[in-house]
Amino acid sequence: MAAVKFHRHASPQRVPSELARGAAGSTIALRTDEVARHAVRLIAIGRDADTVELTQFAALPSLLREGDLVIVNDAATLPGSLRGVSAGGELFELRLSGPVDGSRLAGVLLGAGDHKTRTEHRAAPPVLAANDRVRIAGLDATVASAAGRRVELVVRAEPDTLWQALYAHGRAVQYAHRPELLPLYAVQTAYAARPWAAEMPSAGRPLTWDVLLGLRRRGIAIAQLTHAAGLSSTGDDALDHALPWPERYEIPRRTLDAIEHTRAIGGRVVAVGTTVVRALESAAQSGSASGIARLRLDPAYRPHVVDGLISGLHTPGESHFELLQAFAPRDRLVRAIELAAAHGLSGHELGDACLIL
Amino acid sequence: MQIEGTGALITGASRGLGRAVAEQLAARGARVVLVAREAGPLADVVAGIRARGGEAHAVAGDIADKNAIHRIAGQAQGLVGEIGLVVHNASTLGPTPLRLLLDTECEDLAAVLEANLVGPFRLTKVLAGAMALRGAGTIIHISSDAAVEPYPRWGAYGISKAAQDHLSRILAAELDGTGVRVLAVDPGEMDTKMHADAVPDADRAALQRPADVAARLVALVESNVASGARVALPGWQP
Repeated sequence: MAAVKFHRHASPQRVPSELARGAAGSTIALRTDEVARHAVRLIAIGRDADTVELTQFAALPSLLREGDLVIVNDAATLPGSLRGVSAGGELFELRLSGPVDGSRLAGVLLGAGDHKTRTEHRAAPPVLAANDRVRIAGLDATVASAAGRRVELVVRAEPDTLWQALYAHGRAVQYAHRPELLPLYAVQTAYAARPWAAEMPSAGRPLTWDVLLGLRRRGIAIAQLTHAAGLSSTGDDALDHALPWPERYEIPRRTLDAIEHTRAIGGRVVAVGTTVVRALESAAQSGSASGIARLRLDPAYRPHVVDGLISGLHTPGESHFELLQAFAPRDRLVRAIELAAAHGLSGHELGDACLIL
Repeated sequence: MQIEGTGALITGASRGLGRAVAEQLAARGARVVLVAREAGPLADVVAGIRARGGEAHAVAGDIADKNAIHRIAGQAQGLVGEIGLVVHNASTLGPTPLRLLLDTECEDLAAVLEANLVGPFRLTKVLAGAMALRGAGTIIHISSDAAVEPYPRWGAYGISKAAQDHLSRILAAELDGTGVRVLAVDPGEMDTKMHADAVPDADRAALQRPADVAARLVALVESNVASGARVALPGWQP
């Protein structure tokens, strides 16, 4: 089976859900509106059992058992869309692709304009080369390396000044299907900590305090890791083909212990989002609790650590739908999406959800 | 809780009690983030802490500004990682000289509530989730005896502090069992700019020094005082 691209989110710019085709050849369209965190609905899909049911996300605690373990990605979403200008006066946008490393900013260049233009239609950015001087987020920087549109800049400012500038000038990375500007708080989870994510680890968005404390009351443990969720699209075919790029992750001792304990008592490990799957499965392969995740999920992959997955909704044809087949057979996933469509669920990354367990 | 190595965020940290708390936490090995509206005075305090070998970072931001909250939390966690201790110290009296409550403009009362009550609430909302997932953290609200005693002319401030005391208790109740501790602390009267603004003719010699109060506050952070408590520092014994 051919490997599919690993996109954390639907890529509506590239594969409009209106055009996605189901297994039976029927068109399945999901709504594309944002859903309030408290109102998110959930399609519960059996991993082994041939079941597909519609419920509320708030019912999650009742769908899990005492002794199960829910693992979230606590990376906060960066204000990763930054305005820059080259030494020649050309404007560009830098989209951070990962965490800020000291004074280093790594990301992808886009030409003048903003997110309201689809990424693949954006003007070409200025061509930058190593040692070029630029301005980024109002600060002076030097190009440390450049490979086409992928660049690494070194900002000449101390960390306090750099972080102040990032948050004063940066905005959350957005795409054309969502023209209105999102405030930073709209793309954070309830438990966001270090700002490592280029885009929101959005599967955790409906985990309100009510749900989190409800899980705890039922004896379902919650643990965290940090995974630097990268960009879901750059608008450049060659770059997009290689997504997801290697991403940094860190799994604390406490979480490793919780996984071991869960295994020992026969509980199930439920990952909130594919970034959590990528971190846990990469760690299982490499034996390293923190490092760089290189694993690429595909329909043929069989998870070693993760038993269940909470995700957004995606239609057949979208890359994310394809990789869900690592958890459940395609025909069951298609039925789930048909059920979601019949009840008006939203496939937006800030929309409704599914649980495969 | 252990202070060494902990990420600590202190608001209103450019002077008075906030400054003294930040300095003492840094001296004890905390990784301190100082928040205040004005970058200039903050930079001086940070430079002083660093000169003494401590780790300190400046975040300029107004706690009363809704859009500043995620910036403050993001910058802080970008600089020092997870925050294990928050001291909500920034607060405003409203217009001075202090007026009778019935002479207070509605907008002035609302602005005081925004800075002293809603701002800390918003910041806690952003930071408490990560604490709960890790099963540890301390959130401190700096209160006042004006939260309990109905002093004439202290209306806007007193109302905000009374509400903040209750915010503290409700947060503690909701976070029960998560390992996150929420405390309200009445520091007592101190020789600060705020006190001088409120009571210009006070006998300064009779007031506590902020550094002495900060030392007791640090001891309280290290103590096992239970979540939900309101502690009057002048009578408190570690």
